[in-house]
Amino acid sequence: MKSQSVVIRFAGDSGDGVQLMGTQFVAATALAGNDFATFPDFPAEIRAPAGTTFGVSAYQIHLGARPITTAGDAPQVLVAFNPAALKVNLPLVADGALIVLNIDSFTSRGLSKAGYEKDPRQSGVLDGYQVVEVDMTKHTLEATQQFGLSKSDAGRCKNFWSLGLVQWMFNHDIAPIEDWITKRFAKDATIRDANLAALRAGHAYGETAELAAAVPHVPAIEAQFPPGEYRGVRGGEALSLGLAAAAELADRKMIFCSYPITPASPLLHTLARYGNLGVGVFQAEDEIAAVCAAIGASYGGAIGVTSSSGPGIALKTEAIGLAINAELPIVIVNSQRGGPSTGLPTKTEQSDLYQAVYGRNADAPIPVIAARSPSDCFEVAIEAVRIALRHMTPVMLLTDGYLANAAEPWLIPNVDEIPRITTNAPGPRDVGQDIGTVIFNRDPESLGRPWVSPGTPNLMHRIGGLEKDIKTGNISYDAQNHQAMTNLRADKVAAVAKFIPPQAVEQGPEKGALAVVGWGSTYGAIYQAVRAIPAHERVSHIHIRHLSPFPENLGDLLRGFDRILVPEMNMGQLATLLRDKLGVETVQLNKVTGQPFLIAEVVQKIRSLLAPAAAVRKATPKAVRGERA
Amino acid sequence: MSAQPAAKDFASSQEVRWCPGCGDYAVLSAIQKSMPDLGIPRENIVFISGIGCSSRFPYYMNTYGFHTIHGRAPALATGLKVARPDLKIFVVTGDGDGLSIGGNHMLHVLRRNVDVTVLLFNNRIYGLTKGQYSPTSELGKVTKSTPLGSADRPVNPLAFALGCGATFVGRTVDRNIPHMDEMLKRAAAHRGTAFLEILQNCNVYNDLAWNVLYDKESKLLHELRLQHGKPLLFGPADARKAVIMQGVTPKVVDASGVAENALWIHDEKNINAAKLLADLFAPDFPVPIGVLEAIEAPIYEDVVIEQEKRALSERGPGDIAKLLTSGDTWKI
Repeated sequence: MKSQSVVIRFAGDSGDGVQLMGTQFVAATALAGNDFATFPDFPAEIRAPAGTTFGVSAYQIHLGARPITTAGDAPQVLVAFNPAALKVNLPLVADGALIVLNIDSFTSRGLSKAGYEKDPRQSGVLDGYQVVEVDMTKHTLEATQQFGLSKSDAGRCKNFWSLGLVQWMFNHDIAPIEDWITKRFAKDATIRDANLAALRAGHAYGETAELAAAVPHVPAIEAQFPPGEYRGVRGGEALSLGLAAAAELADRKMIFCSYPITPASPLLHTLARYGNLGVGVFQAEDEIAAVCAAIGASYGGAIGVTSSSGPGIALKTEAIGLAINAELPIVIVNSQRGGPSTGLPTKTEQSDLYQAVYGRNADAPIPVIAARSPSDCFEVAIEAVRIALRHMTPVMLLTDGYLANAAEPWLIPNVDEIPRITTNAPGPRDVGQDIGTVIFNRDPESLGRPWVSPGTPNLMHRIGGLEKDIKTGNISYDAQNHQAMTNLRADKVAAVAKFIPPQAVEQGPEKGALAVVGWGSTYGAIYQAVRAIPAHERVSHIHIRHLSPFPENLGDLLRGFDRILVPEMNMGQLATLLRDKLGVETVQLNKVTGQPFLIAEVVQKIRSLLAPAAAVRKATPKAVRGERA
Repeated sequence: MSAQPAAKDFASSQEVRWCPGCGDYAVLSAIQKSMPDLGIPRENIVFISGIGCSSRFPYYMNTYGFHTIHGRAPALATGLKVARPDLKIFVVTGDGDGLSIGGNHMLHVLRRNVDVTVLLFNNRIYGLTKGQYSPTSELGKVTKSTPLGSADRPVNPLAFALGCGATFVGRTVDRNIPHMDEMLKRAAAHRGTAFLEILQNCNVYNDLAWNVLYDKESKLLHELRLQHGKPLLFGPADARKAVIMQGVTPKVVDASGVAENALWIHDEKNINAAKLLADLFAPDFPVPIGVLEAIEAPIYEDVVIEQEKRALSERGPGDIAKLLTSGDTWKI
């Protein structure tokens, strides 16, 4: 069976090593020359009670012979380590999917913990699927018995046994995984050898189990990629690399200040390893201290960066106002998650756009940009630092839980080809000239002021959160001055639009029947959905990186379409922003289930809008209200 | 810088706007006077404050200064110090700013032992917001927000700082200029976080809160000058008293009746003794002023710099291009 792409999902207890299995499978996928996208879907509890449905962790991979931009809709292959994993994931899989079950866990106890009254293998719920029953635990124990491990240690090798099986199913070489195991467990020869034996045994098992017929075979597609050197990259990793690269491009030290929070912490962990790259990491006592330390670092001439998720960003709000007032550059990264309050820490959402654009006391605008894919995080990180330093302003960078953890192949950029990041240096101070007029002598284009740090002789000055005189920086309670400063702060953020590229159309015509407009991690789903629509329907995909301010041409561009559809993982925040800033009316497609959009959901919505005129009229009131996908 | 700056060179051009008679004037003048002795170029000195009367301080110093947001000065100072270990940083705060809204950051700057000098002006009242009780106000304090008296017990700044693991803890008084000069010098010279409580008068909302050390007679009876290596003796010459240890409890006795080897000799390196001293207060005990504790401990940014050096020596200078191509890559 040949296929252009296939979606595979591994599911088990959060302690089963499913995430590890997924990432190793991805490495092999890349080496086999397939494009891919991944979606790690894990529970908030680190180790929920084993065998229960709320402890199920999953890893979905979409691999293809054609360019892949999403982790895929319905999995065609599900590997379920226990009944709970089957129960949680069965509703997601495609009709006729191949389901590989670890039947060792289908005991009466395992079934009852998953909430199955009857064994699903007999109850009929698996009718219409191709079910392969494998006693993985038993085989793993057999393969590893020569190493004298305890039963529980030996059982832990199960993920490698099943990875061996899956590698065989997809015709992937196991050598890269062998190398990885050898390195990873170098300090414990027994564990290393047991895992290697399990991997090889699982691979060998495939040959005897006659699984081949059921597995969709996906050919490699090397020719479709532009030539160059590639690697797999997760969003968190690409963002870290981008920040470190930005520091190098600006020739400044970077101080990354953060407080642990899901799903933003991977950034903290990755950057903590970049000590030799001029990136300092400070784990603060709380979110407020983290942003304040970033401001302190920036005051000292380093690039201050802080990172969190929505609830933590809320705590940083007052300090962001200070950075606006003091005209100091910082980058605030928000890895969005479901909310409000603690909400859904491990699930993805795009619901902090209002917070980013509008969410501060007083008239306090800041530039806001968003990454659309794991590899895009690299470029966006550099862009955020560039804007912050040019305009001397805090910049909000939006990513989300999905992007932070998802992976895709990445054509490694050549850092030498990226333009340097320049900063505003103070001009010379004439004899008797007021220091403040040097410190606040703003660039007429960007309105960014010179970046003057302590240690600079002859320019000692005071800054703070109080309103200041527009020219001298001295405290000012003057009414007209406050109006002028408020205007200046707005003009400064508006000035960003002069420096950014015009909004491009991702695919489809520049004018047409329907523009599907998105931002952030919905890129892949929208891209594929629009691709699925015939060209004569004149549907285009527009994806916005610069959310505040918008690119200058965005209004005109959108007015070239009869209708505009805005799919978002929130209840309509970009739709509000488009109406507010550009006066553009849109049709909304909203989803806040904690899961990314399926391509099919977007396609269906597009089709409903392209339906004959009568049907559209009927559908309009509902569409305008916004629909929950 | 050209010639060695004098005290007046540390005064900024800004008009000082504290209430007439405020204790802050004396502190400002003492700090300006202490600056030349640091021997540090003015441009390498930074004053960072939060919000409150005391936090106006940076505006009046002709150094670098940052008037930040309420309670957060220690966090901001930490970020600055990590980025710029070469700078001499002072944090100026008050009892409300430093111990109420900013209590958490104060705890953490002290335990990390970042090399900054914290000057906490304690007047036991909220002044800038016009007279509400503060976390150091005495229980039952009648203010605008507590017409029937406050219901919460006060925090003792010195005991708090010691409990946080501070490496330098001292106390001085705004009306004792020579002592304040000496303490400012000691605090500024300490490597690590120095915590200096300055008992300061708010003549508008809480006048004479520290009268125990202002009133001539009371001061004579209650002031206990701590001096390293000297016994804990206080009171008038003709009626000297001693603080001694009875079991594990401090006790006040007539000095004349104490054998020399039974005296409590002040030792700045003794953390446990400092904790006992922090709790002494009138009327049952004298009020200690001076350095309660001064010890050496690892300094946060020193450790961080050391780690960076090690990363550099073990892995060589960073190279983004190399990092980008690290791990599994493939060519097409």
